[in-house]
Amino acid sequence: MENKKLEVLRLLEENGRMDVSTIAKMVDEKEKKVQSMIDELEEENIIVSYAAVVDWSKVNEREGVTAMIDVKVTPQRGVGFDEVAERIYRFPEVKALYLVSGAYDLSVVIDGNTMSEIANFVSEKLSALDSVISTTTHFRLKTYKHDGVVFGDEDDDDKRIVVAP
Amino acid sequence: MTISSFRQTDRLSKSVQNIKPSGIRRFFDMASTMENVISLGVGEPDFVTPWNVREASIASMERGYTSYTSNAGVFELREEIARYLDDRFSTPYDPEKEIIVTVGASEAIDITMRATINPGEEVVIIEPGFVAYAPIVSLAGGVPVSIGTKKENGFKLTKEELEAAITPNTKAVMLCFPNNPTGAVMTKDELLPIAEVIQKHNLLVISDEIYAELSYDNEHYSFPRLPNMRDRTILISGFSKAFAMTGWRLGFVCAPSDISSAMLKIHQYTMMCASSLAQYGALEALQNGREEVERMVTSYRQRRNFIVKAFSEIGMSCHVPGGAFYAFPSIEKTGMDSEKFAEELLKEEQVAVVPGNVFGEGGDGHIRCSYATSMDSLQTAIERMGRFLEKHS
Ligand SMILES: Cc1ncc(COP(=O)(O)O)c(C=O)c1O
Repeated sequence: MENKKLEVLRLLEENGRMDVSTIAKMVDEKEKKVQSMIDELEEENIIVSYAAVVDWSKVNEREGVTAMIDVKVTPQRGVGFDEVAERIYRFPEVKALYLVSGAYDLSVVIDGNTMSEIANFVSEKLSALDSVISTTTHFRLKTYKHDGVVFGDEDDDDKRIVVAP
Repeated sequence: MTISSFRQTDRLSKSVQNIKPSGIRRFFDMASTMENVISLGVGEPDFVTPWNVREASIASMERGYTSYTSNAGVFELREEIARYLDDRFSTPYDPEKEIIVTVGASEAIDITMRATINPGEEVVIIEPGFVAYAPIVSLAGGVPVSIGTKKENGFKLTKEELEAAITPNTKAVMLCFPNNPTGAVMTKDELLPIAEVIQKHNLLVISDEIYAELSYDNEHYSFPRLPNMRDRTILISGFSKAFAMTGWRLGFVCAPSDISSAMLKIHQYTMMCASSLAQYGALEALQNGREEVERMVTSYRQRRNFIVKAFSEIGMSCHVPGGAFYAFPSIEKTGMDSEKFAEELLKEEQVAVVPGNVFGEGGDGHIRCSYATSMDSLQTAIERMGRFLEKHS
């Protein structure tokens, strides 16, 4: 990928709301050119979507729980893990799904309203799939950092003096 | 005789009395009493020191590395500095005899002057420039002689300007590129004629290259690389800017061994050695800090591009600074001098900048704006400055 396009991509990855005119100044490029780079990135599905990183623990109305489930599966002839993966990620409660190396095969991240809702999902839906051999469920207790952003009230005030040589 | 029977002036040395209070200090006092100030007045990175460096320093304490180090600095660190300078800037130095780890580039400047300047000898200083040079020269008994570089030349030094400043008493020339406050850089081709003048008059060069890493358009060309210059150059640098380590107070100075051993005498009696925990942090910074430096440099470059374009959109003329993290736009069209401009801007719009005149000759008519601050703050500052300019031009 062209250097400037990569730079635009990195800037947007950090701040999806940065406007085109600011990006254009920062990468020293015309606004039109930057806009077309962004259009391309979106069309090529490199930029998949724009979303806010939310710390839900601060929202009283939402008492949800998140679990990470390690899943061991038997790969299917011809399609490997892809078919079972698809069967899993189609469930709307599945937030993320990764194929991983190591002791198990798939790592499923799932959101639910209560622990029992997640327990139900695991026993009724996930374990019910033919190729699933075993599951291990980890409930997330606290988020320290997510997508490169530190959660909680980290003291990130500017500690510098106002005017210095 | 009791102290009170001294006349007020007798209590203080003549040399310190002759030093003017820093113009930056006055702005600091003004700005720090105000609320809602956006500061473009800070001459240091807005990054906190990378975590691996902080962690390494903590670990050094945990493991009990809390004693004096050798005067010139932990040998492993000096070796690492030598490797770094050679790799990055092609300036090899001998870690045993030619490198001293100092308490910031600030101490390096001080011991350089004290080790080389006799009373009455002149040191040519390039201005607008770092505020500490002239006072340090004076404290060492020398006489600072300023050259005001010109906006038309992009604040680069010309050989004619240098020739004109040299007298039979000239001992040394103090250079600083990339420059604080102008951001000016000089290429090899631009430095060559300067080196010729220096050779012709048999002068020393003190090259403060603390902003070398923060060069955005071209690779930095280090002064001692020039033909015949290494043996007459004292190279000063440090960790403050490139590695975001200002509070650690760690720098270094490299010079031919006769000069470094003279400097080491002063350093050993006044400092003993630089802080051990800072030295162990710096070791990690050199061994594993490249990626973070590059990340920070990219971010400064983007913000430089932004601020220069944004200044031109609000009608403020600004040469493109090739390095450091300062823009030095002209405010001449407002008809105000830089002191007044900065003061009014602070009062009316709560944006703190540093008036150019505090950086010496050629600085008036400009303001120094540090873009080492968040994009949000930069954008707000630009908005406020735009409004201010509209009102005053
Ligand atoms: C040009 C220049 N030299 C030296 C210094 C001092 O650096 P240190 O923190 O290493 O003492 C500064 C700091 O602002 C500077 O701008």
